[in-house]
Amino acid sequence: MSNEIMSELRKDYIYNLMIKGEREDGRKFDEYREITIDTNVIEKAEGSARVKLGDTHVVVGVKIQTGTPFPDTPDKGVIITNLELIPLASPVFESGPPREDAIELARVVDRGIRESESIDLSKLCITPGEKVWMVFIDVHVLDDGGNIMDAASLGAIAALMTAKLPAQRFGVGEDTPVPMRDVPVAVTAVEIGGAIMLDPSLDEQSISGTKLTVISNQDGGLSGMQKSGVSPLTTEQINYIVDISIEKAKELREKFLEI
Amino acid sequence: MVKPEKLIENGIRLDGRKPDEIRPIKIKVGVLNRADGSCYFEFGGNKVIAAVYGPREVHPRHQQKSTSAVVRYRYNMASFSVEERKRPGPDRRSIEVSKVSREALEPVIFQEYFPRSAIDIFVEVLQADAGTRTAGINAASIALADAGIPMKSLVSACAVGKVDDTLVLDLNKDEDNYGQADMPIAMTPDGKITLLQMDGHLTRDEFREGLEMAKKGCLEIAQLQRTALMEKYSSLIEGEVNE
Repeated sequence: MSNEIMSELRKDYIYNLMIKGEREDGRKFDEYREITIDTNVIEKAEGSARVKLGDTHVVVGVKIQTGTPFPDTPDKGVIITNLELIPLASPVFESGPPREDAIELARVVDRGIRESESIDLSKLCITPGEKVWMVFIDVHVLDDGGNIMDAASLGAIAALMTAKLPAQRFGVGEDTPVPMRDVPVAVTAVEIGGAIMLDPSLDEQSISGTKLTVISNQDGGLSGMQKSGVSPLTTEQINYIVDISIEKAKELREKFLEI
Repeated sequence: MVKPEKLIENGIRLDGRKPDEIRPIKIKVGVLNRADGSCYFEFGGNKVIAAVYGPREVHPRHQQKSTSAVVRYRYNMASFSVEERKRPGPDRRSIEVSKVSREALEPVIFQEYFPRSAIDIFVEVLQADAGTRTAGINAASIALADAGIPMKSLVSACAVGKVDDTLVLDLNKDEDNYGQADMPIAMTPDGKITLLQMDGHLTRDEFREGLEMAKKGCLEIAQLQRTALMEKYSSLIEGEVNE
């Protein structure tokens, strides 16, 4: 209940700032908060990354092990993405099995990596039909400051780029890097009173009716999109978000995800 | 199932459609007795049925909102709806589909008219043939109207995708399985987008063109939805109208 009252007051405040072309933390509408990415932060994981995106803090761990392939793709490795909104990260998160928000976040992060074909799944095959590498991407949200989506996506790809296939441990040869061939980057925008803002803070996210996440690749093509939230968007707004997202993704890729 | 060599030949798709053509649609309004509103919707090989209950009391109570109704949407696939038997019950995919479908319909429902109550939408996929979430939204939109829930407009949904480097409207199963992109869209007749998802690979220009194609498809469907509702209700109205 207290959340609802807060949000009505914040809504007014943020909306009035928006009319003046401002945001509560002084950013421009298309500006991200400060980002830091540290990789290999967990030695036990085959790949890992800690991402701080403003107040949002996530750790992504990649665990890799051998397993049997799916019957319909006997010569391809397997990617499994999981994300949990654990109660440590926010007073509104509860323990228990993942709910729709967490499932949606995990599935969109997964979609970006899978659909961009950033991992060459055919190179994850050890013995066709019998043994393949299974890549588990687990996102741990530690502090929710808004826009978990982009932090999780950045963390997932950064962790994968440093991950190694533990071939020695499983007795199937030498350790090699995970075969990566693209770097998908998710950019999330919110619509507030007709204005479009990138990388929403927690307040901006909670008062906005709709988020749109656009995942684009190195060639500027799109590999995933997800609208999330109850208010509609116009075609013009969507086209605008797609355009700036591709630009912004390029910027983030060059700055943080150089191969 | 093996990948067909070509999904489009001489501008015609495997099922005989042109790239910008939707599959045949069959609509029946008010097919269930117990539900407040219902609709049976066939979209190509998809057979879905939607039921709406409410506005009614919210259980569990803590879900109720003091200033508006809560809308709940349950998308469920029957175990026999697909080639390989689907394990019954919600999985991660159906939870996501339920969420985005609910959000596709919420903007048109006057939720503020019914504080502390629930509007429940149930969609059962009896047979799946690519595009079940769009079929479900189309059916649910009609079922809401049939239940007499005040709405700003109907919502129509349709996917656009890319196969053999060509944009096509309303993917069928083969096109979905072997295509290069899939992008389900829902919108109101005045062009507000209420659902947008995409996976696969599209360039910026393909995306723009695809969005326009999907809008065209949605408008066509909106017309059919309208007609189906008019068929059921126009006879009821006729007696009451006097200039």
